[in-house]
Amino acid sequence: MRTLGIDIGSRYIKAALVADGKLISFDRRETSCEPLESCRSILGDMGADRVMATGYGRHLLEVHGDIPTVTEIKAFARGAREFFPACRTVIDIGGQDTKVISLDVEGRVRKFEMNDRCAAGTGKFLEVMARTLGYDLAEFGALPADEEEEVRISSMCTVFAESEVVSLIARGVSRSRIAKSINQAVAARVAGMVKRFPVEEEIVFAGGCAHSPLLRGMLEKSLGKKLFVPSVPEITGALGAALCAVQESA
Amino acid sequence: MENQYEAIWKELGLNLENHAGLLGVLSDAYINIYMAQKNRPKGMEYFDFVVSEVHGLRIKEVYEAKESGRPIVGAFCVYVPEELVLAVDGVCIGLCAGAEVGSEEAEKFIPRNTCALIKGFMGFKLAGLCPYVELTDLIVGETTCDGKKKAYEIFNEITKKVYVMEIPNMKGPKGRELWESEVFRFREKMEALSGKKVTVEGLQKGMALVNAKRKALQRLSALRAADPAPISGLDALLVNQISFYDDPVRFTQMTNALCDELEERVKSGAGVAAKGAKRLLVSGSPMAIPNWKLHAIVEGSGAVIVGEEACIGERNFRDLSDENFATVEEGIAKMAGRYLSIDCACFTPNDERLGNINAMTGRLSADGVIHYSLQFCTPYMMEAFKVEKSVNRPFLKIETDYSMEDFGQLRTRVEAFLEIL
Ligand code: SF4
Ligand code: SF4
Repeated sequence: MRTLGIDIGSRYIKAALVADGKLISFDRRETSCEPLESCRSILGDMGADRVMATGYGRHLLEVHGDIPTVTEIKAFARGAREFFPACRTVIDIGGQDTKVISLDVEGRVRKFEMNDRCAAGTGKFLEVMARTLGYDLAEFGALPADEEEEVRISSMCTVFAESEVVSLIARGVSRSRIAKSINQAVAARVAGMVKRFPVEEEIVFAGGCAHSPLLRGMLEKSLGKKLFVPSVPEITGALGAALCAVQESA
Repeated sequence: MENQYEAIWKELGLNLENHAGLLGVLSDAYINIYMAQKNRPKGMEYFDFVVSEVHGLRIKEVYEAKESGRPIVGAFCVYVPEELVLAVDGVCIGLCAGAEVGSEEAEKFIPRNTCALIKGFMGFKLAGLCPYVELTDLIVGETTCDGKKKAYEIFNEITKKVYVMEIPNMKGPKGRELWESEVFRFREKMEALSGKKVTVEGLQKGMALVNAKRKALQRLSALRAADPAPISGLDALLVNQISFYDDPVRFTQMTNALCDELEERVKSGAGVAAKGAKRLLVSGSPMAIPNWKLHAIVEGSGAVIVGEEACIGERNFRDLSDENFATVEEGIAKMAGRYLSIDCACFTPNDERLGNINAMTGRLSADGVIHYSLQFCTPYMMEAFKVEKSVNRPFLKIETDYSMEDFGQLRTRVEAFLEIL
């Protein structure tokens, strides 16, 4: 049986196709302003016996396609476990929200934390800041971690932080130094969320932001623990949803 | 089409254009949230009617009461002794607001980061949208949270009819003494306002009315313990919200009729959700009408809310006043004592609340607890940490306001919580 997991996020729609419990292909497209169209074309292209939707836009498919849903919390937990069977904690820095999920020994969700409504500490925040500094996200994440001393970014509000950054640039602080401080501020905030419950290892860093070695290194330092990053971190949720669909049909 | 109540609204100085807009939004929300529910008890028809007439028939009734010389008293807190208002044949109306209205107007007087309830009642008044505020002869405030205390000063500048009761911070002997003297001072205020003396008979009548209302609400609360739940959390919340502004005698009668029907449902094993549906207790800040947001999200996700540990809910009716007294002084003293059993987070310490929450989760067989705080409501936001430690069940903490901006995010959190249960 082929099951498809589809994760409708605020920035991208991710899809993962699973056959006999194994990931066989995946896809990622921009959510665009016609998310339903994008979903339909993915559904058409990938052809599956069962579909499960997750992510911020999951109800779109529930309403328009009678497709069952799981929350991204459960989907990420399931997907992270698939990549790393000993996973007990999942960190996902997504486009519009950041989550930390704590799993029990069997992999069931025990507790979770999500940022509140604003974009502070999310992928969106990093993206806006990267743009303000004239980097693209890949460059932003590839900056070397230690060479200069940090400056403190005190505001985590996207709007205020942006003006803080602008005034740092005006004061002549180097671009790379500011960039690292921004990443450090996000890492500190996410680490704070992780520490709200007892941190159990292994810790999996999933979602698109996990591609950034800089952020990963900073998070590892703040937590004093090693992070495991899936081979394709951004499809963790879609993969989890596809696996949940397998379970449901069993 | 000229609305039949428009003359009254005009006379009360409402902003008719905004007001028509508000009623339209309200009725849409009601249809989407309430009328879409399945299996509703027949007895809810009365409450549907009351909601549809919230600024209509009920306003006319209060208007006529005022014309006939009865004092109209508005309040924002379950600490205000309704019994004393009724003892002088007054009408008591809860003025808390549960919708984001007139925020811009309100923000000319109070900071942006004020709790939605305070912003709401300021906004309703300033945008000319609340006929109840206009009908009141007296608006009773109280010294509970800092936001309300300061807001009353401003509200008084605007309306010139705010009277503030001093509520202690602690419940020791000094606090009790202070509160009792405040209730006696309120009696004098009511006597001056109505030109009537509070008599033993009057006080007994007031207490009997309020106790009967509380008993009907207790009955409703007890029936929600059944599995399957005989009534949705949305409907039960609505009944509680309506208890703050409906005519007490009629309200009690209709709530009891609803409970008779629910009793039959429980006997025959009928309910609104499937047997075994996840059952949740909501605990925290008050949800004033028409704040149905959390209930709509939770019940839209297939679970059922079986109780509200809140002032629009259990805290309002948990305890009754002792109707056994020989003099007015004795009656008032007993009543004052009853009020001090209310476990509001504005008090320190407030450990009774933890015990009460645990008693409710047990009695209602709740699978989990959702702690609800309005954003910037420090007392409840702070107590949430203690509640989490004491409940011993899956626990979800939510901070939100009246806007629909975070609807999707809250839904994810609630659904993920249900997946854990
Ligand atoms: S929460 Fe406290 S201040 Fe608010 S109505 Fe209840 S008792 Fe009054
Ligand atoms: S909800 Fe909280 S902050 Fe708002 S008025 Fe009530 S006690 Fe005060």
